[in-house]
Amino acid sequence: MPFGNTHNNFKLNFKADEEYPDLAKHNNHMAKALTKDIYAKLRDKQTPSGYTLDDVIQTGVDNPGHPFIMTVGCVAGDEETYEVFKDLLDPIISDRHGGYKPTDKHKTDLNFENLKGGDDLDPNYVLSSRVRTGRSIKGYTLPPHNSRGERRAVERLSVEALNTLDGEFKGKYYPLNKMTDAEQEQLINDHFLFDKPVSPLLLAAGMARDWPDARGIWHNEAKSFLVWVNEEDHLRVISMEKGGNMKEVFRRFCVGLNRIEETFKKHNHGFMWNEHLGYVLTCPSNLGTGLRGGVHVKLPKLSTHPKFEEIMTRLRVQKRGTGGVDTASVGGVFDISNADRLGSSEVEQVQLVVDGVKLMVEMEKKLEKGEAIDSMIPAQK
Amino acid sequence: MANNFARLLTSKRNVGILSLVGAGSLTAGFLFNREHVTAGANVRRVYPASAEYPDLRKHNNCMASHLTPAIYAKLVDKATPNGYTLDQAIQTGVDNPGHPFIKTVGMVAGDEESYEVFAELLNPVIKERHNGYDADTMTHPTDLDSRKLTSGQFDERYVLSSRVRTGRSIRGLSLPPACTRAERREVERVVVDALAGLKGDLAGKYYSLVSMTEEEQQQLIDDHFLFDKPVSPLLTCSGMARDWPDARGIWHNNTKTFLIWINEEDHTRVISMEKGGNMKRVFDRFCSGLKEVERLIQEKGWEFMWNERLGYILTCPSNLGTGLRAGVHVKLPRLSKDPRFSKILDNLRLQKRGTGGVDTAAVGSTFDISNLDRLGQSEVQLVQTVVDGVNYLIDCEKKLEKGQDIKIPPPLKK
Repeated sequence: MPFGNTHNNFKLNFKADEEYPDLAKHNNHMAKALTKDIYAKLRDKQTPSGYTLDDVIQTGVDNPGHPFIMTVGCVAGDEETYEVFKDLLDPIISDRHGGYKPTDKHKTDLNFENLKGGDDLDPNYVLSSRVRTGRSIKGYTLPPHNSRGERRAVERLSVEALNTLDGEFKGKYYPLNKMTDAEQEQLINDHFLFDKPVSPLLLAAGMARDWPDARGIWHNEAKSFLVWVNEEDHLRVISMEKGGNMKEVFRRFCVGLNRIEETFKKHNHGFMWNEHLGYVLTCPSNLGTGLRGGVHVKLPKLSTHPKFEEIMTRLRVQKRGTGGVDTASVGGVFDISNADRLGSSEVEQVQLVVDGVKLMVEMEKKLEKGEAIDSMIPAQK
Repeated sequence: MANNFARLLTSKRNVGILSLVGAGSLTAGFLFNREHVTAGANVRRVYPASAEYPDLRKHNNCMASHLTPAIYAKLVDKATPNGYTLDQAIQTGVDNPGHPFIKTVGMVAGDEESYEVFAELLNPVIKERHNGYDADTMTHPTDLDSRKLTSGQFDERYVLSSRVRTGRSIRGLSLPPACTRAERREVERVVVDALAGLKGDLAGKYYSLVSMTEEEQQQLIDDHFLFDKPVSPLLTCSGMARDWPDARGIWHNNTKTFLIWINEEDHTRVISMEKGGNMKRVFDRFCSGLKEVERLIQEKGWEFMWNERLGYILTCPSNLGTGLRAGVHVKLPRLSKDPRFSKILDNLRLQKRGTGGVDTAAVGSTFDISNLDRLGQSEVQLVQTVVDGVNYLIDCEKKLEKGQDIKIPPPLKK
């Protein structure tokens, strides 16, 4: 629904050249891929729900480039976006996800028993462990495009599904527009509360419309399993705990996700998934597993080592500050997580984090003792 | 040179609203009768209106005050010929529950036809915002004959600068919340083309935001002319800042007293200003400049959006009628501390702002004083109100300097 793309047919009165955006100063995946020819070819198309090419690209037109990272510059308004606008999205997906081809198949593996190790990360260094992903509910349009009625329906269905969880997953839903001051305070202290997005990358895509209508947070009693409803995706699912037991975090993640999915399926609304793109989410960067598994880890010496960046690249991990994306590290503590999303499974990605962090902690210990780490630098994974 | 976007060459007194649908057909209709407006393409709807009605319980803006579930249900299936919908029009008011200091309007128009298609919501909003103006029955007077202004020279020991601004929209092209990139570029082309025809003390130059040099940018900043991408969520939520800075720019005359913003919150914002207290000269230039620009666009087959009920059509309903804000920066150190200051301003139909414009605070005791009203009175009347009012304020200030008492003036008719 983003604005100005009133009725697409009206725009066809102008020539493609007249509507083509000025991307001369832009540096994002969309700007790289959107040639005039592709624009002309796709501009008269719509998904069944009415999402158009200009809707897809608006965020990339409005946000020429990010200072630190190459942003995607486009979003999906529904599941069909990835089909109808393939000619634009396939090259973007390939560029973003290491050459992933339109014919490639993505493997989903949420069997936590396939993870080796992960229960022995040194808690003197690894302060906390977390795995998150997103899920979209089949049959509904996505946050950039949905109407209030649809968003509320997503919330209703999600809360119904979450309320069936029991045992370690038994929990409660806190809608953003009804929470009490006390509840809000507690959620802030737990670092659970999410707020209206401020990033222009998200705002320009129309995801924050009608805030805080139909947005909320669900978490279990133990505060180790958390679901965000209607933020950047229909659902963001998070498993976390203090310390380094990534094995347990991942177990809870997989079990919880599977339980939730069963409930949605019973209502005839499974998750959006296909064998080429894996789990379908709003941002093309989150396709595949949509998984970011990571730790907060103390690496004051390693992080100042000249080969730090290269080590991370070889391990297929990335660093962020402890505030998440686009933040800086505080006190030598970094958020280290998997760089990949599409083309490898959940188990494989979490395995990379587990193995990578274990190695980085050993390197940190070596550097503490004044020893060199050159022999430990791994080959490219 | 006209393109396939319809524009009627009509005189201002002849109301011709046009709608362009699909293959370039031209429908000119007289829009007093709402039924004649052609509805646009079907709005995609999956849920009933009751499931879509926004939650406005914590809201305090004009839209929220008047958007009943019944009106929502009635209008939610409608679209203007360009495809602009109710949900788009109200989005800014849904996303921005209330402003701490003022009751905001909470909705915008995407095109000229919005004011017809969504009249059932817009008319009550207009009535509330514009002191009971009834768009169904009343007519708005337009008067740009600046010779009628009297006493338009202020005491320059008090008045530091004088300014008059308004907006103008180009008929046949959608407004900033809804326009496509091509339409926005067309607005820029039409206006810049016309401005290139200005001569004499109005002759000037255009600076496109996309291609201005660093030096030009610095100069425009130093002159306090440069406008930047809106940051107010009131504006960004309505979609006005899309594709920034494509097709945005600033034009000003060589003497820097006549300035036009292109494609900011409106198609054009027209500003006449100078240091000192010669409001008469500012208003003279304002009127002659506007008329000249209008003549130049009409030569090419374009015209401004205007009708007898609502005057000049602009993006925000608060700017209908004249769209005019005439004001001064004036030093009122004693009067501003007098407890009667607000009441005096009220009765004079004036408002105060800080010297940074709307939502800013006064610096020292220099205030921006301007007219409150926009619709229902003409340009001449409103500028006269400012002239008479500011003269009164200066008179009060002088009295207080001499230790004399001041009087609250009787309230002006709204």
